[in-house]
Amino acid sequence: MEKKVAIIGVGQSAFVRGYPGSIKELAFEAFRDALQDAGITVDEISASVVCSAPEYDKQRSPAGVLAEYLGLVPKPTFYLESLCSSSSMGLRIAYSLIESGLHDVVAVIGFQKMSEITSAESQERMGRGADIQWESPFGTMMPAYYAMYAQAYMEKYGLTLEDLALVRVKSSTYGQINEKAVYRKPVTLEMFSDPESPISSPVASPLRVGDCCANADGSSCVIVANKEKAKALCKKPVWILGLGAASESVNLSGRELFTGLSVAINAGEQAYKMAGITPKDIDVAEVHDCFTIAEVMAYENLGFCKPGEAKELIRSKETYKEGSIPVNVDGGLLSKGHPIGATGGSQIRTIVLQLRGEAGPMQVKDPEIGLVHNIGGVGLYGNVTILGRD
Amino acid sequence: MAKKEIDVRFKKFGVVSFTATTKVNDFIDYLEKGKVAGTVCKKCGKKFFPPRADCYKCLSSDMDWFVVDGTGSLMTYSTLKYAPVGFENELPYTIALVDFGEYKVFGRISKEIPEDEIKIGMQLKPQVVTLPNGQLLYEFIKA
Ligand SMILES: [Zn+2]
Repeated sequence: MEKKVAIIGVGQSAFVRGYPGSIKELAFEAFRDALQDAGITVDEISASVVCSAPEYDKQRSPAGVLAEYLGLVPKPTFYLESLCSSSSMGLRIAYSLIESGLHDVVAVIGFQKMSEITSAESQERMGRGADIQWESPFGTMMPAYYAMYAQAYMEKYGLTLEDLALVRVKSSTYGQINEKAVYRKPVTLEMFSDPESPISSPVASPLRVGDCCANADGSSCVIVANKEKAKALCKKPVWILGLGAASESVNLSGRELFTGLSVAINAGEQAYKMAGITPKDIDVAEVHDCFTIAEVMAYENLGFCKPGEAKELIRSKETYKEGSIPVNVDGGLLSKGHPIGATGGSQIRTIVLQLRGEAGPMQVKDPEIGLVHNIGGVGLYGNVTILGRD
Repeated sequence: MAKKEIDVRFKKFGVVSFTATTKVNDFIDYLEKGKVAGTVCKKCGKKFFPPRADCYKCLSSDMDWFVVDGTGSLMTYSTLKYAPVGFENELPYTIALVDFGEYKVFGRISKEIPEDEIKIGMQLKPQVVTLPNGQLLYEFIKA
């Protein structure tokens, strides 16, 4: 794979509950962080892609508003949405804007201020998270859909509730050492079996509160450049080696697979092919663990193990920092938090820092190639991105 | 001249309805007759559930209705302990996907089936229910 497009700067805000500022101020935190990381000024950026999930926005068409606040006008800016995978899709688009020659340096800005709307409004929107014509009238919501995957998976492969809990125990291990994480407390297996602990409280069978990610406000920014600019501006460029993206029927009735996500399999295959590598070559990964079961399925859908074997990986701690394939060693969505539009950019940031050897207490030993798996909706959209160091 | 009325039959579907107009409004007429129905493309024979007005395979909009009959096999399910706005009084309830071979049907499992008797692979069939507020829904019962 020829190295043509590089990431030259990454940034993110702290992920928090109830950010005490506007979406402009929230986006600025990640943008400043990324510019300082890249060591460039706003003048170097020739276009911006702004990513969020619009159901949480009060501001209509946020791209222009943010671009003005960040000093990006009169350069082109636009809004991009693919639910929780918006900023990974943003990176895909930035790649094509650069590879086409239209732009040389592009900023992908992801943000979500989930607290922009009241919890009552949020509850109401939750009911419209699926096909509003055929599924929402039954009272569906996001955790229940992933719970249906968990139910089917556990039945087929003998995964246990304790295995699911082990995924959360791992994420909390790293959430505690990630200063940008929203959930910094430990989670133990005992909490999952303690009826007094909120962690054990049932949400949608078989998933419990501890199986679900933490909502958060947050922003992320990834600055992407062509080869010439990357060489001129950046000491440690991280190259985009592979990109994959896919979609799936929103209605479950249009799907075949319920023990994995077809979008992850499809996007993963594309990304591996483009990068010219296999799953064995991945040294560190960020996967979309919006629910514990989602991380379990990701291990298999990305080829880190065979179908049905994910439980061995989590039981043997192979996906811990010291293991053979470290996954979500920044706390993941479960503990770091999941500000929808900012999530993909934050995952990309984690891998970039890992490949540069700058991940601090979360640093994996000397990784050369990393992977980001970012899913929108319940496997409705899927993006897989493979990054490599210089 | 009489004002043309918009056909909003579909707003009768569900505990909470989120959309009122669709070209497959006859779905509601079938529910009122106690039947759950899908559409089948007259040109290529492809069956659709949920029903659709248009066939993406052959681009035809010439559809017939078929009734979901026989029994299906439970593919997966989840029982909710939290609910979105408008569904709180229904808790707990179980959503499910049932495989009828040529098509799959998403819906709810009847509360007549105790939660501990629900098993993947069990045989189910749909039954139309009228809710106290007059809304129409279908649920799966034991076949
Ligand atoms: Zn047809």
